[in-house]
Amino acid sequence: MELFLQQLFNGIMFGSTYAIVALGLTLVMGILHIPNFAHGHLYMLGGYITYFFITNLGFGYWYSLLLSMVILGFVGVVMERIVFRPLTGQPPINAFIAAIGALIFLESLALVIWGPQGMRIPNPHPQIIKMFGITMEAQRLLVVGGAAVLIVLLHLFLKKTTTGTTIEAVAQNREGAMLTGINVNRVSSMTFFISSATAAVAASFLSPIFILSPAMGAVLGMKAFIIVILGGMGSVPGAILGGYFLGLIEALGGGYISAEYKDVFAFGALILVLSIKPTGLFGKQEG
Amino acid sequence: MFTKPIHTKLLLGFLFIAALFLPLYVPDSYMFQIVITSLLFAIATSSMNLILGYTGQASLAHGAFFGVGAYVVAIMTKAGWSFWIALPVSGLVATGIGFFIGLFAFRTRGHFFAIVTLCFGVILFQVAENWIEVTGGQNGIFGLDSATPIPFPFFGPIEFSSQPAQYYLVLAVLLLTLFVLHRVVYSIFGLTFMAIRNNEELADALGINTFATKMVSFAIANFIAAIAGGIYATILGAVSPSAISIMITFNFLIFLILGGMATLPGAVIGAFMIPIIMEFLQFMENYRMLFFGALLVVVIIWFPMGFFGGLKTINQKIIAWRQSNTSEDSNA
Repeated sequence: MELFLQQLFNGIMFGSTYAIVALGLTLVMGILHIPNFAHGHLYMLGGYITYFFITNLGFGYWYSLLLSMVILGFVGVVMERIVFRPLTGQPPINAFIAAIGALIFLESLALVIWGPQGMRIPNPHPQIIKMFGITMEAQRLLVVGGAAVLIVLLHLFLKKTTTGTTIEAVAQNREGAMLTGINVNRVSSMTFFISSATAAVAASFLSPIFILSPAMGAVLGMKAFIIVILGGMGSVPGAILGGYFLGLIEALGGGYISAEYKDVFAFGALILVLSIKPTGLFGKQEG
Repeated sequence: MFTKPIHTKLLLGFLFIAALFLPLYVPDSYMFQIVITSLLFAIATSSMNLILGYTGQASLAHGAFFGVGAYVVAIMTKAGWSFWIALPVSGLVATGIGFFIGLFAFRTRGHFFAIVTLCFGVILFQVAENWIEVTGGQNGIFGLDSATPIPFPFFGPIEFSSQPAQYYLVLAVLLLTLFVLHRVVYSIFGLTFMAIRNNEELADALGINTFATKMVSFAIANFIAAIAGGIYATILGAVSPSAISIMITFNFLIFLILGGMATLPGAVIGAFMIPIIMEFLQFMENYRMLFFGALLVVVIIWFPMGFFGGLKTINQKIIAWRQSNTSEDSNA
C-alpha cells in the first residue's frame, strides 16, 4: 500500500509537469496549427535559464523563475517570428522539419554554453514532509500545487479576459477572427509567449529535483506531443487530463512492471489509441 | 521527360570514373573511412528520400530501421552465419517490422504520421538499450568480422577486410540502390507515389490504393535502410545503441533536406558532402550542430528544394534566359 501511495504521488508530480508542458503545446498546436516539435527543448532551455540566474548571478529561486518565464517567453516569440511564420500556408511537414532544425539548434546551444554534463539547481525547499506513511520533499509538493495554480490561472485568462478569448477566437475560425479585427499575428506571438513561459515554469519547478541536461528536452517534448494528440489538438482539458493520466501510467507501470521500459508505456499508449482513432481521443475530424 | 541531355550524361560518366578511382587519390585511411561511411549514409538517405521526398510521408523511424539492419547483421554474424545470408535477412526483418508499424502508422497522416513513426523509433532504441541478452545493452555488440569472403574461381576469394574492398562493396550497393530507386521512381508505380504526396484525396479518388502504395514505398525504403545499416555494422566491426538513435534519423533528414528532397542526386550529394564538411569543421566542435540546425531552418523556409533543387532552378533560369536571347536575336 505504501509503495502504491508513493508511486501515486510520484505519478501526480510527473503528471503535473506533463500537464503544464502539454498545455503550452496544445495552445500552439491546436490554435496555430504549428507542430512545434521543439517545445520540449524550450522547456530544457527554461531550466538552464533558471539555473543561470540562481547559480551564476545568485538570484533567489522565485525571482529567477519569474525572469526565466519572461526570457523564455520572448525566445518563443522570436522562434515563432523567425521559424514558423514564414512557413504559414505551406505543408505542415515543412514546419515540422523546421521545428526539428530549431530543436537541434537549441540542444546544441545548451551543449555549447553549459556542456553535456548534468547540472543541478540547489533545492530551495528541501524540507521533508511525512504524510499517510509516504515521504515527500516540499519541492515535490510545490510542483503539484504550483501546477494546479498555474492551470487555474491560465484557464481564467483564456476564458475570462478579452485578450484570452481572442486566442480561442483564432482557434475557432481564423478568417472570422481577422474579420472582427483581431490581429492574428499578435495572437500568434502571444500564444507562443504563454506557451514558452509555462514551459519555463515547469522546468524551474522540476530542475531542483532532477538534473539538467541538454538532452532532457527530447523525451519530454515527445511525451507532450503524445499527450496533445491523445487529448485532442487544442483541447485544454484534454491536455491536463492526458498529462496526469500519462504521469500515473508511467509511475505505476514503472513501479510494478518494468522501470527500464517506463517510456515505452507512453509511446505504446499513443500508438494504441491512434491506431483505433487516428484523430486522437477527443480530436476533431481533420487530418 | 525521362531522357537526360548529353552534358548530364557526360557529368555522370565523369563522376562514375572519379568514384571508381577514388582509392588512388584519397589522402589517408581516416578520410577513406569517412568516405565509406558517407556512401553508406547516402544509401540510407536515398531510401528515406523514397518515403519522404517522393511519397510525402515523413517516416522518422528511418534511422531505427538502419539500426535494426545493423543489429540483425551483428547478431547473426556473431552466431556464425555468413554475412551474405545475414544481410538480406536484416532487410527482411526491417521490412517485417516496418509492415507491422505501417499497419498502425498509415492510419494517420501528415505530422501525426511523423510522430507515430518517431515513437516506434524510440521504442526500438529502448529495446536495443535494455534487451541486454540479445543486443548487449549500452555496450552493444563488438568484435564483428568483416564480410565473409566470396569464393571466386581463378582469382581466389574476394576478401572484404581492406578499405578499398569495403569501398567497392559500398559503392556497388549504392549504385544498385540508385538503379532500383530510379526504376521505381520513373515507373507508373512511382508516379502513384508522387500522386499521393501531391494530393492524397485526389489519388484515392483516382482509384489508387493509397494504403497499399504507401506501404510498398515504406517497405522498399526500410529494406534499403536496413541493408545500409547491415553493411555499416560489418565495416565498423561493432554496433551500439547510437546506431539506432533519433540522431541518426535527424542526420538523414539534414542530409536529405540540404541535399535536395525528391531528387535522386540530392540525397546522395547531401549524404556524401555533409559528413565531409563536418569533418573539415571539426575545429568548431559542438558549434557544428548549432550551425546545421540553423541551416536546416533556413533551407526549409527559403530553399525547400535544397542544394540540388537550387541548381535545377538556376539551370532552368539559364535555359529560359538563353531562349529569350535567341528569340530576341531572331526577332531582330
